[in-house]
Amino acid sequence: MTGKTIGVSVPRLEDLPLVRGAGRFVDDIHLPGAWEAAFVRSTHAHALIKHVDTAAALALPGVYGVFVLADLLPHVATHLLAVGLPSPSYRQIVDRPILAGEEVVYAGEPIAVVIADNRYIAEDAAGLIEVDYEPLPAVSDIRNALDEAAPRTHRNAPHNLVAEMQLAFGDVDAAFASAPRTRSEQFFLHRGGSHSMEGRGLIAYFDKIDGILTTYNSTQTPHAAKRLLCDILRLEDDKVRVITPDLGGGFGPKLVFYQEEAVVCLAAKLLGNPVKWIEDRREHFISSAQERDQRWDVEIAYDHDGLILGVRGLVLHDHGAYTARGVNVPYGSLSALPLAYEVPTYRMGVKLVLTNTVPVAPVRGAGQPQGIFVIERLLDMMADELGLDRAEIRRRNLVPAEQMPRTKPFVTRGGIKVVMDSGDYPASQQQALDRADWDGFHNRQAAARTDGRYVGLGVANYVEGTGRGPYEPVTVRITNAGKVQVSSGAVAMGQSTKTMLAQIVADQLGHDMDNIAVTTGDTAATTLGFGGFNSRQTVLAGSSAHAAAIKMHDKLIKVSSVLLEVAEEDLEIYGNRVRVKGSDAEVSFAAILQAVSGIPGFRLPDNISPGLEFTEQVVIDPMTYASGSAVAEVEVDIDTGHVAVHRIVFAHDCGRVLHPQIVDGQVLGGIMHGLGNALFERMIYDENGQPITTTFADYLLAGADETPNMELIHLSAPTPLNALGIKGVGESGVLPIPAAVISAVENALSPFGVKITQAPISPPELVALIVAARNRQSVTAS
Amino acid sequence: MLMEADGEAKLLAGGQTLLPVMAFRLAAPAILIDLSGVQELKGISIDDTGVRIGAMTTWRDIEDDQRLRTAAPLVSAAIEHIAHYQIRNRGTIGGSLSHADPAAEMPGVVVACDACLEIVGSNGMRSVPANEFFLGPLTTCLSADEVLTAVRFPPWPATRLWAFEEFAQRRGDFAYAGIALFHETGATGLVENAHIGLIGATSVPRRLGVAEAALNGRRLDGETIAAAAQLASSEADAEDDIHASAAYRKALVGTLLERALKAAAERAEAL
Ligand SMILES: Cc1cc2nc3c(=O)[nH]c(=O)nc-3n(C[C@H](O)[C@H](O)[C@H](O)COP(=O)(O)OP(=O)(O)OC[C@H]3O[C@@H](n4cnc5c(N)ncnc54)[C@H](O)[C@@H]3O)c2cc1C
Repeated sequence: MTGKTIGVSVPRLEDLPLVRGAGRFVDDIHLPGAWEAAFVRSTHAHALIKHVDTAAALALPGVYGVFVLADLLPHVATHLLAVGLPSPSYRQIVDRPILAGEEVVYAGEPIAVVIADNRYIAEDAAGLIEVDYEPLPAVSDIRNALDEAAPRTHRNAPHNLVAEMQLAFGDVDAAFASAPRTRSEQFFLHRGGSHSMEGRGLIAYFDKIDGILTTYNSTQTPHAAKRLLCDILRLEDDKVRVITPDLGGGFGPKLVFYQEEAVVCLAAKLLGNPVKWIEDRREHFISSAQERDQRWDVEIAYDHDGLILGVRGLVLHDHGAYTARGVNVPYGSLSALPLAYEVPTYRMGVKLVLTNTVPVAPVRGAGQPQGIFVIERLLDMMADELGLDRAEIRRRNLVPAEQMPRTKPFVTRGGIKVVMDSGDYPASQQQALDRADWDGFHNRQAAARTDGRYVGLGVANYVEGTGRGPYEPVTVRITNAGKVQVSSGAVAMGQSTKTMLAQIVADQLGHDMDNIAVTTGDTAATTLGFGGFNSRQTVLAGSSAHAAAIKMHDKLIKVSSVLLEVAEEDLEIYGNRVRVKGSDAEVSFAAILQAVSGIPGFRLPDNISPGLEFTEQVVIDPMTYASGSAVAEVEVDIDTGHVAVHRIVFAHDCGRVLHPQIVDGQVLGGIMHGLGNALFERMIYDENGQPITTTFADYLLAGADETPNMELIHLSAPTPLNALGIKGVGESGVLPIPAAVISAVENALSPFGVKITQAPISPPELVALIVAARNRQSVTAS
Repeated sequence: MLMEADGEAKLLAGGQTLLPVMAFRLAAPAILIDLSGVQELKGISIDDTGVRIGAMTTWRDIEDDQRLRTAAPLVSAAIEHIAHYQIRNRGTIGGSLSHADPAAEMPGVVVACDACLEIVGSNGMRSVPANEFFLGPLTTCLSADEVLTAVRFPPWPATRLWAFEEFAQRRGDFAYAGIALFHETGATGLVENAHIGLIGATSVPRRLGVAEAALNGRRLDGETIAAAAQLASSEADAEDDIHASAAYRKALVGTLLERALKAAAERAEAL
């Protein structure tokens, strides 16, 4: 099969194995004689550990080892996971120990591990381990965590402030001083976890003969995991191999390296036997990173035409109990706010607050939905005050297309200039509005109201920095069978990464998807690599694949020209061979490889360099900015508070579309995730730091019944920043949805003057707002 | 076996409640007695004494039995609100009633319908009216050596008006609250024999007697409906929890009763 491979929905490489049941997730990997691990986790949010009694567990038949921190210390170079991304904003360093020693600081923190014949015995034994706790006061609410009187998350810490920073440009105070209008608001925003279908997990074995530790690990970042394992276990980098098998989703939390990964690998090494640990759903709720709370106190200054003059304020951001990634989530929030619109002056501070809860790290969107929510809600409120249409006030403030590329007066968290490279934001909004019948909606709305039905429409825009650099390596090689083997540091976590790489390579090398094999997420296949996060892999790995494939193309042509004695320009690559245009003469990739592999003692043809293998790591520092607009249509039952989302229209620009079906899948999945953040997902802790929502009965996800009609509009403004013109798309769907849905709910309830400053919002909370608004109205009326 | 196990054994019906509880290690019975092989506990029979549903009859079998749509319409109507089809394929009516979750639909329905529960134990057989069967949240009058064998519903007059209303945030979730309602209309056009079963928003499945009294002997007009809804709201004994405030659930009970009464009235017009 040959044909166009870019820009069309070629069959995905991933599909056949998956539908045939031949997918291989980490729990499908059965190493002979492997044992299983279970962790003893803190039942307290904050406590001192006086003693851990493991005797009964060790005595249980089928148990091979029980380890607490003290048992592991002699075998590690460091017991702390120093993973925080660099930043000058830290006020204290709070790294996770691989197991808690004297103090536990969140419920779910691992204290001990049991290795046994199987998980059942391991859990039975874990239940026999007695931990003698001395409970300490815990802090679980960011709103009072910085009070002088608040308990400290870590008993010896001076305070609960782990980092603070601000993003600022322009003279914001002067702008406020002379502004005709200002408005201040407080928002309380919550995001939950990622809840990939497959949780975390790994299997590790240590080969005593060659001293190599091999681990199959359900991680988004195998190369980072390898580096940490080398550091912790004092192993050289050719003695550790991390392989990411098929991933049942990642969505952020799996980019973090966790305590369990270090402990399971160490246990396998110490016991000389393969060890497997598969996270269960309860563990996912109490130990995998989440995003959770932010409180925004913001002010906006604007003029009588609704033009933004400045935004300032302070954000409190929940960091959890330790630094699992860094300050990137709140930085994402702060920098997302002023991207799409003209915000001439800005000063947003953020305090990152320690709480006795699971550490915070990015979840798809990584803080950006919150920043977008705030600016979009403020625009709605301004429109309301000025009597302007909500779409019109946005149109006036959106960065216009004529200004592309447009430099924003700030930098990314890595210090790289923010230059919005391409796109037409007002056109995107207009297309979404037109499709959603924005102008005609008030008639439908009025008609519905006469029937006692409350329908509403909301709109929100987003701009997102995608393709975080610096690079992602790709190697393209021809095998003895004439196949093209592609390997990359990129990680396939369910977003069709293998198909994407194969498409790009096939486009240069014969247009035959069946002739391309792709290996991702194996540290033995590529020395360097970053992995999957920040909507980056198609941009970075895709660009490297493109560059490597072009080099391979040129060499195949060059060698063939010697072998066939034909000018290069008369040759073309077709399937797995190079042929002379308009003739039968051809030479296969396999024969070309043989020719350049050489024969002992003989000269290579025409002194061509040996082998057919190219590695490229295209460096792209600036991010490329994807954008889009969402319009949500909802109906609210004012007595029960039920919100039915009937329709989402989503216009977006991710540059050149390589595979329409994959792009659709990414955006649709993101929209559903956004609906969860608007209406359902809530990770609740009580005032003692106990996690309350630890099953899917209490923590709600948007499911099939909650799926609205979703209509996508693809705009394409290819970026000049990479050869293929592509931008990232993995997170875009989630970004504007909470803002658009909440705006629609508020619009539906406009007869009562309900104002919503939170997400998510539940039916009981919505009813409370409606009741309060109606009471206000009747007071005013009487 | 139950008797010999001396409280160490648990009966296993569809396992849709018991197995999750065991997976969370909240229960670890030494012995599980699987009832799925006991044919006598399965099946639905209908005659002039009413409807008898064996304890091991699955939600799915009840849902599929078209006769129940007239013989026990509240039972049929409640099923579509119970969980999702995968769970309905295994979950049983007996398991649900024995578990006695006040947020579950069927306990509220059997109480509303004056059903009787048939129980077999070491002391032989007994039949307990539904309103005496449920003692509290997750507590029934079943003793450790007893098995619920069937639930028996009295005959259902064709002229009876009924409605089932509940609200859950997502379809198939346990509801914030629900109402299972029926009443009859006398020759004078006045409400008679009102029965209102409360689901959720209560610690024990029960009827809303005060609201029922406010309906009986009245014409079903807007004023009566509003008054009954108001009373139902204050009669519900909801408590605050992470999902909703007591005030929300109480107000919701009123809303649902109002909707149920209107739906029942619409059914009357359709007759
Ligand atoms: C995701 C999910 C959602 C659900 N949603 C709902 C819902 O919306 N509404 C709802 O009502 N239910 C819901 N359920 C519960 C479901 O309906 C169960 O089927 C039901 O509660 C128990 O029935 P079972 O046959 O599975 O009982 P089991 O789990 O087997 O047993 C439950 C208990 O009853 C005891 N028991 C069982 N049979 C007998 C008997 N004959 N005599 C004495 N004791 C007995 C058992 O020992 C056990 O203690 C849900 C369940 C799940 C998993």
